Amino acid sequence: MSAYVTKSPWVVHYDGSSCNGCDIEVLACLMPTYDVERFGIINCGNPKHADVFLVTGSVNEQNKDIVKQIYDQMPEPKVVVAVGICACSGGIFKDCYNVLGGVDQVIPVDAYVPGCAARPEAIIDAVVKGLGVLQAKKDAMAKGGLPAPAAE
Amino acid sequence: MVKIIIGVIAYLVLAPFVGGLLAGLERKLSAKMQRRVGPPVLQPFYDVAKLFEKEKMTPTKYQDYYIMGFVLFVVASGAIFFGGGDMLLVIFALTIGTACLILASYSSNSPYAEIGAERELLAMMAYEPMVLITVIGFYMYCGSFNVGDILAGGHKMAILPMIGIFIGWMFILTLKFRKSPFDLSMSHHAHQELVRGMTTEFVGRTMGFVEISHWYENVFLLGFVFLFFANGTPLGWVIGVVVAIIAYFFEVFIDNCFARMKWQFAFKSSWIVAVVVGMINIFVLYICF
Repeated sequence: MSAYVTKSPWVVHYDGSSCNGCDIEVLACLMPTYDVERFGIINCGNPKHADVFLVTGSVNEQNKDIVKQIYDQMPEPKVVVAVGICACSGGIFKDCYNVLGGVDQVIPVDAYVPGCAARPEAIIDAVVKGLGVLQAKKDAMAKGGLPAPAAE
Repeated sequence: MVKIIIGVIAYLVLAPFVGGLLAGLERKLSAKMQRRVGPPVLQPFYDVAKLFEKEKMTPTKYQDYYIMGFVLFVVASGAIFFGGGDMLLVIFALTIGTACLILASYSSNSPYAEIGAERELLAMMAYEPMVLITVIGFYMYCGSFNVGDILAGGHKMAILPMIGIFIGWMFILTLKFRKSPFDLSMSHHAHQELVRGMTTEFVGRTMGFVEISHWYENVFLLGFVFLFFANGTPLGWVIGVVVAIIAYFFEVFIDNCFARMKWQFAFKSSWIVAVVVGMINIFVLYICF
């Protein structure tokens, strides 16, 4: 049975240290041109209600705790999507002294969206891919317990 | 007696479906107003089903206790209303329900939920006078506080002699539905200065229960709109139901046309409306009936 979570994935987005380009593209998905609410996707702004965590920008010493905390506050099943090349690997900021790298340095990431800035179509694709992960996690929960989270 | 049982059971079974469908149509209408396609009409049901699938996570067990109080009192007040009971009992039971929701928000100790709860208290202060005036108006015109007596008829439609009270009730319905411009305490939209206001700390099934209670609450608040047209005839029933549905979508229309206002505006405007149209209407009823 397909889980209801795949029909109403609510999104929380966090702008790590990006130039805001990917952030604007994330919001563009919610606007009339792409209208992701067609798929039940809502930008809910509250990690405790969210199913999908969209992170833009790289993780640095200042925001790694914040990213971790938002992730921890989200109830299972949940999915993390790294939006933009900075969130995937650190991008051109990778070698900066304060940048740790991509989001996967801090929390487990389920889908990567490369691009600078990531295109709205690609972001929607990644969220849809994330729905598969949500379904798998839901099935695992139904069978009794998720696998242990990846080492941090 | 049979009528009461039928009314209560019909409300308990049908209200969540009607409320959920209204919520779905509301989102569709909002989308159309913004030139979007919008979610499926059944989306609110998917959302709630999903909330029940989520992991349990609660900051304090007292929160769940108060949420159950909210569910119980909202459902009970609606059941009293549709069972033809006393309107005073209905509005005070609903007030206890809302108070439970506010306590649930306070119990989490989250700053966002607390500000939401404080704003909900202010909203209560804003709308309660008009609620009381509405009930008093029905008593003065129809001669009874009992919903059953008003439904049974014996009087003309209350809408014309109580037109001021009807306008006032429509005004506070915006506060009760928590729609813009008065969605101070929480909102379904992406107004995020409070994160999610009162519901910030409600996770998974707790949030699901809150959503379902809101559907119950919306349906029976629309029941009051219906009451303005009930005169015991089938025509009164039809007009009442149609106007109640129109009233809901009118609120959605208002919701989409306004930004969120400050609580001071909500408070001043709703008291001014209550005093001007509500009290004058009561005075007219006192003189004429």
